[in-house]
Amino acid sequence: MTEIHKTDAVIIGAGPIGLFAVFELGLNDIKAHLIDILDRPGGQCAELYPEKPIYDIPAIPVCTGAELTTRLMEQIKPFHPVFHLNQMAEKLEKIAEGWRITSDRGTVIEAKIVILAAGGGSFVPKKPPIKGIEAYENQSVFYAVRKMDTFRGKHLAIAGGGDSAMDWVINLQPLAASLTLIHRRDEFRAAPDSVSKMRALVAEGKMQLKIAQIMGLKGEGGKLQSLVVKDDKGESEHVCDTLLAFYGLTMRLGPVAQFGVAMEGELIPVNTANFETSVPGVFAVGDINVYPGKMKLILSGFHEAALMAKKAFEYIHPGRKYRFQYTTSSSDLQEKLGVKPDERAA
Amino acid sequence: MKLYVTDKDGKEHTLEGTNDWSVMEVMRENGIEVLAQCGGSCACATCHVYVEGDWNSKLPPPSEEEIGMLDGAFEVQDNSRLSCQIKCSPAYEGLKVKVAPGSY
Repeated sequence: MTEIHKTDAVIIGAGPIGLFAVFELGLNDIKAHLIDILDRPGGQCAELYPEKPIYDIPAIPVCTGAELTTRLMEQIKPFHPVFHLNQMAEKLEKIAEGWRITSDRGTVIEAKIVILAAGGGSFVPKKPPIKGIEAYENQSVFYAVRKMDTFRGKHLAIAGGGDSAMDWVINLQPLAASLTLIHRRDEFRAAPDSVSKMRALVAEGKMQLKIAQIMGLKGEGGKLQSLVVKDDKGESEHVCDTLLAFYGLTMRLGPVAQFGVAMEGELIPVNTANFETSVPGVFAVGDINVYPGKMKLILSGFHEAALMAKKAFEYIHPGRKYRFQYTTSSSDLQEKLGVKPDERAA
Repeated sequence: MKLYVTDKDGKEHTLEGTNDWSVMEVMRENGIEVLAQCGGSCACATCHVYVEGDWNSKLPPPSEEEIGMLDGAFEVQDNSRLSCQIKCSPAYEGLKVKVAPGSY
């Protein structure tokens, strides 16, 4: 049977706000697990702009998305958060003690409260806007490699010009019956070493490189027969039976819409006193929430997490009196953080 | 400046482009459906538009970064741009763009 993780709070989304929520909850003696669809923490900071500068984090004149994530990870270390990465929170059910969250990989977490910090939703592969492509998905069109064997003996086309496309060209070439890389231009935004390897395979005649774009699919019953491709000379057909498309990731709200909290479009209205949703014990912080005056800023999300954690304390420690404290002066908080300021001063 | 936008359904809108705002921001402000997921930092390719007429040659050329980001867009053409990288200016009075597939 699947192991059931039990904790105080489960945070859906390990972006900057989900990470900082761990900190604020931790100061309030609340343990947390996080679920994220990406393979690493950081959310948009990790996926969209790891190298881009951010200038509006208080007291940090400039840092990149990746640096912000690293700093937050360092800051929350004392609270030992448990990460469940590479998976999407799929189902939220009410149970007597609180909530049961199940991921699409079968991870089950039971927690007393839930914090939705899912930003713009789950990062999922971008799908080419081709009519009827759904019929081919998971049969002859794929956006990820789960098992390499799926591609053994296939006449494979890989689309894309980044690291994912290069890595899978290199790894799947020996397995595939034939392999063609299809990219819109003869330049690749990938590790130079991988690009060299790909070019060597082309030079050795072990694969083809086609500078073109995919415009359509032809086939029957989900079985791909050819791709309609377009290049400088116009449209033509490229015969293959399997397509692996790597156009990067896009955000889709996903299962959160079915979690039972009131929605306003794709956003979740909250009470700004405590960032609770329409459902008691379920909170929403960061880009996913909406309230009068909302600004989608990381710094706003940090504030929201602090107020959320104060309310969360009532759920996790009923009967305990909430004590407002400063990390600067509270030996209690400093103990939780594992710091000894006296020693630091000395 | 006047900005003409063709939306995903092929409907043309006449918008007032505020100086120095990006075309993406003007579209979003006016409720034109455009994903623009990264919020305008040239990091996602979901504000892809086709620049129509002869405007493509009149606009400043795209940066290397923008050309690179277009790798994550679909049905890219010679007149493909990321609308977050086009700034409104009186010099572009009457600019015409069409939201591209995959950006709505």
